[in-house]
Amino acid sequence: MSDLHSDTTQAVHPDAAKLEGMEHTKQYEFKLKEEYFFKSDRGLTKRVVEQISYMKNEPEWMLKFRLRAFEIAEKKGRPKWGPDLSDLNFDDIFFYVRPNEKQGTAGSWDDIPEDVRKTYQRLGVPEAEQRALAGVGAQFESEMVYHKLKAEWEKLGVIFLDTDTGLKEHPELFKEHFATVIPPEDNYFAAVNSAVWSGGSFVYVPEGVHVEVPLQAYFLLNAENIGQFERTLIIGAPGSKFHYIEGCTAPAYTSNSFHSGVIEIICQERSSVRYSTIQNWSHNVYNLVTQRAMVHERASMGWLDGNLGSKVTMKYPSTYLVGEGAHGEVLSIAFATDGQHQDAGAKVIHVAPNTTSSVVSKSISKGTGRSSYRGLVQVHEGATNARSNVECDALLLDENARTDTFPYIEINEKTAHVGHEATVSKLDDEQIFYLMTRGLAEDAAMALIVRGFLDPVAKELPLEYAVELNRLIELEMEGSVG
Amino acid sequence: MSDKQLEIRGLRARIVGGEEILKGVDLVVPRGEVHALMGPNGSGKSTLAKVIAGDPQYEVTGGDIILEGQSILEMEPDERAREGLYLAFQYPVEVPGVSIANFLRLALNARREEGDEIGVMEFYKKLQRAVKELNWDDSIIERNLHEGFSGGEKKRSEILQLLVLEPRYAILDETDSGLDVDALKVVSQGVNAARGPNFGALVITHYQRLLNHIVPDRVHVMVGGRVVRDGPKELAMELDQKGYEWIREAVGA
Repeated sequence: MSDLHSDTTQAVHPDAAKLEGMEHTKQYEFKLKEEYFFKSDRGLTKRVVEQISYMKNEPEWMLKFRLRAFEIAEKKGRPKWGPDLSDLNFDDIFFYVRPNEKQGTAGSWDDIPEDVRKTYQRLGVPEAEQRALAGVGAQFESEMVYHKLKAEWEKLGVIFLDTDTGLKEHPELFKEHFATVIPPEDNYFAAVNSAVWSGGSFVYVPEGVHVEVPLQAYFLLNAENIGQFERTLIIGAPGSKFHYIEGCTAPAYTSNSFHSGVIEIICQERSSVRYSTIQNWSHNVYNLVTQRAMVHERASMGWLDGNLGSKVTMKYPSTYLVGEGAHGEVLSIAFATDGQHQDAGAKVIHVAPNTTSSVVSKSISKGTGRSSYRGLVQVHEGATNARSNVECDALLLDENARTDTFPYIEINEKTAHVGHEATVSKLDDEQIFYLMTRGLAEDAAMALIVRGFLDPVAKELPLEYAVELNRLIELEMEGSVG
Repeated sequence: MSDKQLEIRGLRARIVGGEEILKGVDLVVPRGEVHALMGPNGSGKSTLAKVIAGDPQYEVTGGDIILEGQSILEMEPDERAREGLYLAFQYPVEVPGVSIANFLRLALNARREEGDEIGVMEFYKKLQRAVKELNWDDSIIERNLHEGFSGGEKKRSEILQLLVLEPRYAILDETDSGLDVDALKVVSQGVNAARGPNFGALVITHYQRLLNHIVPDRVHVMVGGRVVRDGPKELAMELDQKGYEWIREAVGA
């Protein structure tokens, strides 16, 4: 890693011990200038957690929160179920890398693997954007567009900031909601994220405000946002309506192999919130994300979750329907290719009466890829007339590909209606032959069948994402003909 | 001998690892002509159609298929299609989630150079013209390929694709089966619209009734994996009256 930055003066943090008792004076501020670059020690230690909080100049309560989370993580240990994580060694990982605006986290463009660069080119991603995705720059041509939208949002009272800035500029609102949906006690990876989080988005849409243009994290994108431990907090005030979009279909390259985000969403009464994400991490990444929404009376939450890259993904967007008449929806896509394990799904918890939910999951396994649907539908006693429908479809492209379904259903309410449907299909030779007789090459025919399989979910995506998704599937299918 | 023809020479084929079904088929369809291929069940008509299109379920054990002077035996099905060959399937498959419009645009562009893709307006004009030719509603193009289609609609879709893709040679495999009289007329009208000096077709059917609408230039009769008789269009009528037993006896099959 260090040779990547041979041309950079590294402002390695001085020994933390020396800092104790010292006032956080301005004498260190010069080290925070953009041309400097800070990287924590490898591994997850108390000292690293303290360093992060110090570098960010955070309020006391956040430092305490981080340290408490660190202790929880230490006690909990990793989960004993799900995909194999034995190769994930924390001692090899930098838990905090403060990027340089121009430099990003990855060092130089030349360090980005050839295949990742090629994919950017094939996708037609503009170069500036390529560099940002690869973590080697953050300048965006869309800046103009963003500033215009930003002015409009501000007029409406919408807050849309990166999380670090959100904490600084809106401390009370932030503190009121932060970690209320996903406390560090929730699970091991949420605890790790709570200890070392950095970047992410902070969104607040005031009462009754409808935001027409989707709020795209892309606009805020800087190297920290595509960082490893982003922490996103989204609050929809009563009667608000908006769509938040994160991620990108182009592969996000990171030289660090561990990504663990936490996404908290609060849908207050009658609000309607959609959260869409398409993630395509490079194939060395363990992507272990906790995302959850608390949905109040007559509010509605929609997740669209697309998982394309990574080595291992564990991601189960959760929806807690806590207010009467609340509604939750999950659309999920997983694409596992050689050596990948996509363990994705959804959780829906019906706590209040007359709550409704629907889950549609589509997974594709190619080569030695493995995809699992892991889902939970829970209906608590007293959640009368709760209705839930789950549909999960798996498509296998090769003999060695594998898919599993782990649906957990727990119903403690007699009046509940819960449906679950699962299908597994294989790529059909007759379909391929048919499409080939129309002039499509074999890989193009396969890609078209895959696209058709995903269509019910893909058509819910904003157009530009759907187009990119299609191109990406074509790329994935290229060279898949033996 | 003109090169402008689809020529089947001594073609032998079987299902991979199975019994031989085609036992030396000889047949020529010149461009600009429509030929009928008739024969009883199990005579190998549909097998011939699939082997010409390149179905990997079958292996060719002898003979050749020559498209305008060039053997296509070694070509993949998509290469054959791009050379101007088209098969209207007896049982078209469903492809969920893929609209007819998107699919046909991809198929057309597969025939063109990269960077020379068909313009959106030009494409829709072409597609709408074909839809109209088949007395279909415009909304059909947004429906997914054969998903929830009736048997008749699937057959109509095969002809719609033919009109849009404009192949030089088409094999129509029992396009009339399962059609009522009205649908039969519409489908025939579509095929007749494609007729012209640059289009050759082999129309496979059991029955004379299709040939009242699509009048063939020549009729071939297949029995036991071989073409046993060629003749003018009147041969179809004769077959209809006398039945296939007559031909079996006549050729000693």
